[in-house]
Amino acid sequence: MGFAQTKGDNKMRKYTDKKNVQKKPYYTNRFWVAPQIPKEDISSDEVFANDIEKLKEKFEIKEAYIQRGQLVIYINASDNVEVLTYLRDELAYNFLNELSAIDWLDKKAEFEIFYQMLSTSKKKRARIKFFIKEKEPIRTVTAVYKSADWAERELYDMFGVIITGHHYMKRILMPEDWFGHPLRKSYPLQGDEEASWYEIDKIFGKEYRDIIGPENRDSSRVDEDDTYNFSRIHHEVGFGEKPSSEVVHTDYQEEGGVFLIKSLKKSDSKILKERP
Amino acid sequence: MDYIAASSNNYGFAHAVETLIGLEVPRRAQTIRMMLLELNRITSHLFWLAAHALDVGAMTIFLYAFREREYAMDLIEDYCGARLTHSSIRIGGVPLDLPENWITKLSKFLDKLPENIADYEGLIDQNRIWKMRLEDVGVITPEMAQSWGCSGPMLRGSGIAWDIRKEEPYELYDEVEFDVPISDTFDSYGRYKLHMEEMRQSIRIIRQVIPKYYKSEPEIMAHAPQYISAPKEQIMTQNYSLMQHFVLVTQGMRPPVGEVYVATESPKGELGFYINSQGGAYPYRLKLRAPSFWHTSILQELLPGHYLADVVTIIGNSNIVFGEIDR
Repeated sequence: MGFAQTKGDNKMRKYTDKKNVQKKPYYTNRFWVAPQIPKEDISSDEVFANDIEKLKEKFEIKEAYIQRGQLVIYINASDNVEVLTYLRDELAYNFLNELSAIDWLDKKAEFEIFYQMLSTSKKKRARIKFFIKEKEPIRTVTAVYKSADWAERELYDMFGVIITGHHYMKRILMPEDWFGHPLRKSYPLQGDEEASWYEIDKIFGKEYRDIIGPENRDSSRVDEDDTYNFSRIHHEVGFGEKPSSEVVHTDYQEEGGVFLIKSLKKSDSKILKERP
Repeated sequence: MDYIAASSNNYGFAHAVETLIGLEVPRRAQTIRMMLLELNRITSHLFWLAAHALDVGAMTIFLYAFREREYAMDLIEDYCGARLTHSSIRIGGVPLDLPENWITKLSKFLDKLPENIADYEGLIDQNRIWKMRLEDVGVITPEMAQSWGCSGPMLRGSGIAWDIRKEEPYELYDEVEFDVPISDTFDSYGRYKLHMEEMRQSIRIIRQVIPKYYKSEPEIMAHAPQYISAPKEQIMTQNYSLMQHFVLVTQGMRPPVGEVYVATESPKGELGFYINSQGGAYPYRLKLRAPSFWHTSILQELLPGHYLADVVTIIGNSNIVFGEIDR
């Protein structure tokens, strides 16, 4: 039979990697080596060098460099609250602008958490980062910056990162009974099986899946024959009636006119070239 | 995203990618971008005023502000063809030069707008109902604003003079003169005054940019064959440009490996884009920091202790757009 397998022989389902199902480029060059954005040494910036020196006395700094003008620091996951408190109180980083995660589960079985900080007095931005394992909890920083409140809920909602000590840890964007965490690389781009039946299950019940069928996920789909949901310009018909190919020009005015309103005919209207 | 000022979203992402790949944008493109961004700020603030005033019960101002917004949207439509969800900025520059007479129309609009703003202020500045509904309502102290990560007018309304255009200038904002208004009352009325002043500053900025536009060279797209297609004319005549265009379309642009967080001052506040690039055509991680998300979370501390009617004022005043919350 040779190497080629015929269709009937192949009883096994084709193996697909479930850890990263996100979109891949159509073509990749095997020999392409991507250049790196240079990581500058801390000593090149006086303010950052000073900050790092003070931080190093108190905490373990795994790595620190400057990239595109912003300080990047890797710390221990267990130090997150203390480091942020220190940054706020001693080093004048008075804003927590953003916090989120990067999904490395596929490659390293880890999440990378980052806190994006801003100091308005120094006019500097810094990014505090650390790695955690998939089910390793992190402590909340809402006591340090209240802005972390919703951001941490979003982090849990989108990645399933467990955060301890938060006063109201619930999903923020997805419904509470949603299955899975949508921003993980293992989550299909168009949503998974659960997602496609979510609304039907919720509104009608599971037994209606066969009757209604799967949800249409193409948001830009327009069905010309569907006169319940769409109407075609100059081909308008009544709600739910059969579509017609006849051209109808209407001026949208009741017959005999409307009280106090002068009949508006398109042919009578004056078109201005410029707004007054 | 923010559908009231769509170009600011465009710009935020384009600027972030340009920072990631280290791209220089031609000067003419920068001037056009600045005009569009400030026009967007004006439309956004006009919309804010209209909707906020309508919420509080001032119907007339809604109609007036929408009229002026219409003129501004006409200008944007003349430039890029869309009125609300415009895509007028590309990575590396802008797609088109300004159409004929556009600057004349813009100047006409800018000449008239200060009068209109004075009209609005004449209507509500000393209006007793407006003042009663806004003064001492929704007070955000500077400590609160910092802790909750406020930005833009919400932050400046708390007396902290932080404007990214001024402090971390992008495009040509370091070459133009403008003031950063702040409010020392911390309340909704202070933020209303601030929004009006910001519109005046935007007019001032556009007026300074117009002569810079005329002085600039006609290029509107950066020359970076690795990342950006050549102009259409070159693609149609030069073989190499065509090949390179094909590669960019089929394989996508491949930026260097690294990460950036780039913040711009959108009309609502700090619009930040975090990009983590692994050298592929798609970003490995893209996180949008949209100001409304953070300004909505502050409501849980801001609302308690107010009357139910004040909730309308506070929500209207904080300039929240829900497209920025679920992104």
